[in-house]
Amino acid sequence: MFIINKIIQIFFLLTTIVFFNLTNVNAKSNDSNVDKMHFSFDGIFGLIDKASARRGLQVYTEICSGCHSLKHVSYRNLSGIGFSSDQIISFASQYEVLADPDSEGEVTMRSALPSDRFISPYKNSNQAKYMNNGAIPPDLSLVVKARAGAASYFYSLLNGYKEEPENFDSSNGYYNEAYPGHIIAMPQPLYGEDVEYLDGTEATLEQEIMDLISFLTWTGQPELNERKSMGFRVFLFLIFMTTILFISYKKIWKRVKAGLI
Amino acid sequence: MSNKNIGSGVIGWIDYRLPIFSTLKHTLVDYPTPKNLNYWWNFGSLAGIFLLIQIITGIVLAMHYTPTVEGAFASIEHIMRDVNYGWLIRYIHMNGSSFFFIVVYIHIFRGLYYGSYKSPREVLWWLGLVILLLMMATAFMGYVLPWGQMSFWGATVITNLFSAVPVVGTAVVEWLWGGFAVDNALLNRFFALHYLFPFLIVGVVVLHIIALHTHGSNNPLGIDKKGPQDSIPFHPYYTIKDLFGLSFVLTIFAFVVFFAPDYLGHPDNYIPADPLKTPAHIVPEWYFLPFYAILRAVPDKLGGVIAMISAILILFVLPWLDTSKVRSATFRPIYQKLFWLFVVDVIVLTWIGGSPAEGKFILIGRIATIYYFAHFLILMPLVGVIETTKPLPNSISESVLKKPIKGGK
Repeated sequence: MFIINKIIQIFFLLTTIVFFNLTNVNAKSNDSNVDKMHFSFDGIFGLIDKASARRGLQVYTEICSGCHSLKHVSYRNLSGIGFSSDQIISFASQYEVLADPDSEGEVTMRSALPSDRFISPYKNSNQAKYMNNGAIPPDLSLVVKARAGAASYFYSLLNGYKEEPENFDSSNGYYNEAYPGHIIAMPQPLYGEDVEYLDGTEATLEQEIMDLISFLTWTGQPELNERKSMGFRVFLFLIFMTTILFISYKKIWKRVKAGLI
Repeated sequence: MSNKNIGSGVIGWIDYRLPIFSTLKHTLVDYPTPKNLNYWWNFGSLAGIFLLIQIITGIVLAMHYTPTVEGAFASIEHIMRDVNYGWLIRYIHMNGSSFFFIVVYIHIFRGLYYGSYKSPREVLWWLGLVILLLMMATAFMGYVLPWGQMSFWGATVITNLFSAVPVVGTAVVEWLWGGFAVDNALLNRFFALHYLFPFLIVGVVVLHIIALHTHGSNNPLGIDKKGPQDSIPFHPYYTIKDLFGLSFVLTIFAFVVFFAPDYLGHPDNYIPADPLKTPAHIVPEWYFLPFYAILRAVPDKLGGVIAMISAILILFVLPWLDTSKVRSATFRPIYQKLFWLFVVDVIVLTWIGGSPAEGKFILIGRIATIYYFAHFLILMPLVGVIETTKPLPNSISESVLKKPIKGGK
């Protein structure tokens, strides 16, 4: 069974190559000041830590949502990080959205339903621009997978508000070590102790950043946990099927190799 | 294609009037195939399977996609989040295009190594190149559909290439755009054409297979079949071998789809298109990088476009640029080395295409581009004349019995 061993070796090799590239791609960034960090969702078995993502939702709600929208995510999606339907209904009902025009044609407001998307902090992009010195705060739904360096980049970015160098011109923005070009329009959003976690976890800066990254990784890839567990089963099945087909191939070809056909 | 051994009953009745069953039997079951094909011959059927995967997933995606500049990006996210297993279907489609290209590129390199383009298979080779061109157009238009930053700026860069055409350039570009900028009209027509082209590919694939079956498959020895002892029926021998190869490649494919679905893409395409904000580096999908490197190697817009197009068109005249009578590189010691040098050259071009056009990359890109054309225009005609080839074996069956043909060389 030398050949089967060889095939397993090739599989292993390919898997390792892709796997290492996979972990490397996070470190691949246009800036050298991004540290490669480790997250619960790294690698082929890594999943999003739902408790951490729920804390991250709290950080988003209390801090980020003042400026950043999350328009691709609905309140009902929160079931993906462990919210019960009652919790979702009460979470959504804190917010107000535009209702359909009433019978007299007046536009009214109603409280949000689980089927509504997360409400945005601004009425439109012009208002967002006007309120933020011309820079529109990006929507955060996909932000982790929309940046080179992904989660590691955000870790470095949120930790990157260091003392500015001497000749830094602060009229254009704030100094950030990880941001490409080092001038960022967003003031330092997190300092530690910015929220009081509902589950009693101590809200250090490190903790808040990691929780927020868990949450935003989930908003960008809500399918991540399901995808990886399904992938593992599919992968095992395909290895099994490949082996069976290989044995069949060798058996069917035996007569040809022996010169009988 | 007769209806002789197809049997009686309903199948026989239909086949007597429309020889569909005997044709299928002829192409998929009886087709006499050389005994000595190695694993590199798996990639033709693999390409067919990936075309099928792309068409099936693509049709499902089209049911949920909105081809407007306002709705396109959000409809992709709708597919990823709200459609049942939409994320799976889209990730298969996204990575399926990459795998389609991997498989087709290996298929083409196999043809180059074993001289599969030589007489009497020139038309077969041409049809393959037509498929490649159609694939490229389809893939490019497909990449525009999510209307992310790379979609928009990729479309802008590539459609602007046509402005290099003298006199009518600008008019041609505006005609392509259906307006004065890359906008809704372009997105709409790209969607329509992206849906159409795969079916054109299917048509050319059918012709490709008819041309293939006219003179039969080439083989690693590059010599013609001498008699029935040299070939075996396609089924079960190559059906099982192709199935094994398919399962093997699908395993790798599944790994990428499930564990690294965005690895081959660009993160910027998850940012909605913004005509006012140019990304720092506009890079095409990896499978276009060699051609992108050739485009940028020429310091003149029109020249670059001509070089890029010639890089593919030159393959059409390859059967006449190659002066050697021997097909397989196994028996051509000099060409064999040149082939691998050419592979390295294409890898270098891929790397340059993905690097910024500055400093040493420009020089390396130019040298690699010159070598690309020199390989076809100078080396191939020359080597065929000066090379002393190794003696060819007498027949396929003889060499199969002597020693099993190993994959690769």
